[in-house]
Amino acid sequence: MKRLVLTKDELTAWVRRMTEGVRVFAPVAVGDYDEFRLVDSDQADLIRWSYQNTRLSPKGLFHPQAERMFKFSTSKEDPEWNILKEVPKDFSPRVIVGMRPCDAAALKIMDVNFDTPEYKDPWWVRRREATTIVGLACTSPSSTCFCTSVNSGPFDTKGLDVLLVPLGDGRFLLDVVSERGEELCQQFGPGGKEADSEAIATYEGLKKKAEAALVPIGDLSPLKERDMLEFFNSPIWDEVQFACINCGVCTYLCPTCWCFDIQDEVYESEGCRLRLWDSCMFPLFTLHGSGHNPRAEKLQRVRQRFMHKLKYYVDKYGQGVACVGCGRCVQFCPVNIDIREVIRLMLVQCECAV
Amino acid sequence: MFDYTEKIREIARRLLQEKKVDGIIGFKKGTIPMMNQPVFITSPDRVELLHWDSWCGVNLANYLPKREGRIGIVAKGCDTRSIVVLSQENQVQRDQLYIIGVPCRGMLDRRKVWEVVGSTDVKGIEEGNGKVRVWGNGFDLKLERSELLQNNCVICVHRNPVVFDELVADEVEEQSVDRYGDIRNIEAMSSDEKWNLFQEIFSRCIRCYACRNACPFCYCPQCFVDESRPQWVGKTIDRTDTLTFHLLRAFHMAGRCTDCGACERACPVGIPVRLLTKKLEKDVKELYGYEAGVQLDERPPLDTYKPDDPEDFIK
Repeated sequence: MKRLVLTKDELTAWVRRMTEGVRVFAPVAVGDYDEFRLVDSDQADLIRWSYQNTRLSPKGLFHPQAERMFKFSTSKEDPEWNILKEVPKDFSPRVIVGMRPCDAAALKIMDVNFDTPEYKDPWWVRRREATTIVGLACTSPSSTCFCTSVNSGPFDTKGLDVLLVPLGDGRFLLDVVSERGEELCQQFGPGGKEADSEAIATYEGLKKKAEAALVPIGDLSPLKERDMLEFFNSPIWDEVQFACINCGVCTYLCPTCWCFDIQDEVYESEGCRLRLWDSCMFPLFTLHGSGHNPRAEKLQRVRQRFMHKLKYYVDKYGQGVACVGCGRCVQFCPVNIDIREVIRLMLVQCECAV
Repeated sequence: MFDYTEKIREIARRLLQEKKVDGIIGFKKGTIPMMNQPVFITSPDRVELLHWDSWCGVNLANYLPKREGRIGIVAKGCDTRSIVVLSQENQVQRDQLYIIGVPCRGMLDRRKVWEVVGSTDVKGIEEGNGKVRVWGNGFDLKLERSELLQNNCVICVHRNPVVFDELVADEVEEQSVDRYGDIRNIEAMSSDEKWNLFQEIFSRCIRCYACRNACPFCYCPQCFVDESRPQWVGKTIDRTDTLTFHLLRAFHMAGRCTDCGACERACPVGIPVRLLTKKLEKDVKELYGYEAGVQLDERPPLDTYKPDDPEDFIK
């Protein structure tokens, strides 16, 4: 497909044109970190084209942390008493600009949960359908990143419609990678000029360099090959769990953690059904109505998080691990529980068990 | 403070070999710069894992409640104050513990490093003679250690352990500082200004509860935010729900908080949660003349009654 080279001004102008036709979300600085926000035409030049990772992943744009699903009346006088009415949501077309390839790959992982042949989460599906994603290649990955070890990469295009590559000289290579990306470029002409062989060579060189900068964490195939119970019953969890404080940092910052809770809130005669992010780190997550909690202990909850990402998901869907190597949990866990180290322990344990 | 590591290992080895304790709670070197991991060492063969540097800001007293057996714990001044409070509250018995006291010159705040270097990707850091060298992609800087201290450490007045069985080094000089300048500034604001300030500060909250869970005093078997039958507090990230959580959490800390900074350090979005707890600390000090976690045999002001309690604030 099409490959163009744009100056930064041309890129900003392109985004500005988009803001006049569709909703545009892009990474902007919010205090001391970056976050995806709705930007208007005046804010197009505030977009951070060199950010590392947004503190929170963009998953919230598809799976909001707290979403009003339905409202209802609890007043018996109301003819529509107790009838759930959908709270209006905005499914108008939108473009997310500047998403890192790992975060886009994470959406593909989450599709497996929210968009299946049997079950389709209507809001997830409609938001996905309404969204075109313009990715931003990682030319200098962080030292906590490990995307190439988990089926992704700093230039991975699998969840993207367009990939932007900063060429290092102020220009960007625009690589159209899907039909949807093609349509976006038809709707809003990006300008720029056809990429010449020199620009493409630079792109290839940057890609190789970025991939080489990522430290591999090892061959993950034993995660698939070994028996689930070997991992489950392994003594490593006792060591892994000690430091954990069971907060929700890892799961809430994670671009692939999709678990949620549904709650009804009622105030006077007005009720609202909410969907809220939940976390397997929290004791309430598995508390049964009977009062029994199958994961009452910290060890069980810590093990669940890693087993879900690294074993159950692998076994159930056959698409590798439910992790894209963005490194957010590595960087922000307040007690330095490092998923790379957990994977290493799981793999080492495998070798010993032979 | 790097030279504490050897001494900590030596004490830990001795305690484990002599079977004085069942295990030692300390730190092992982190997998990334500026982070270390709490660890529980039960065998003398593993004491080499123990580590100490300026990135041991986690309050290890958090790992004590409900722990049985004889425990060795590596503890800074603030950690020992938490141990005092936990003993007063019967969450741990003093004679169950062997406290390896660490005189502390203050822990460092990686957010301050990130701010100076303009990146969260720090590849390496080393320290010596009051300077910190930090390097990464496109930077290699030498910074003043004193500029990088955690905010609570800047105003710490108990750098030396208040209770211990053994110290790893000579005591350090205590600071004489004004602890409440920022609180007085907020007190001087109008109600509207305060309301706006707190709304702004807490609007970032993602309800991950890292602040709560990093705190040694949040040991309730069921936290009020987890009460679900019926539910006490809303779980959204709306202003009302978020502020309810933070204000109630802070009130539960009145007369208990020792300003160890664990809450603020754990926050993934950089909320200065200590502003609330410090205000309560200041009030308790002014109203009751009490400083939490200093005297083992004292009772906290909010669980005692004295006929001569000051009542100036009851109107």
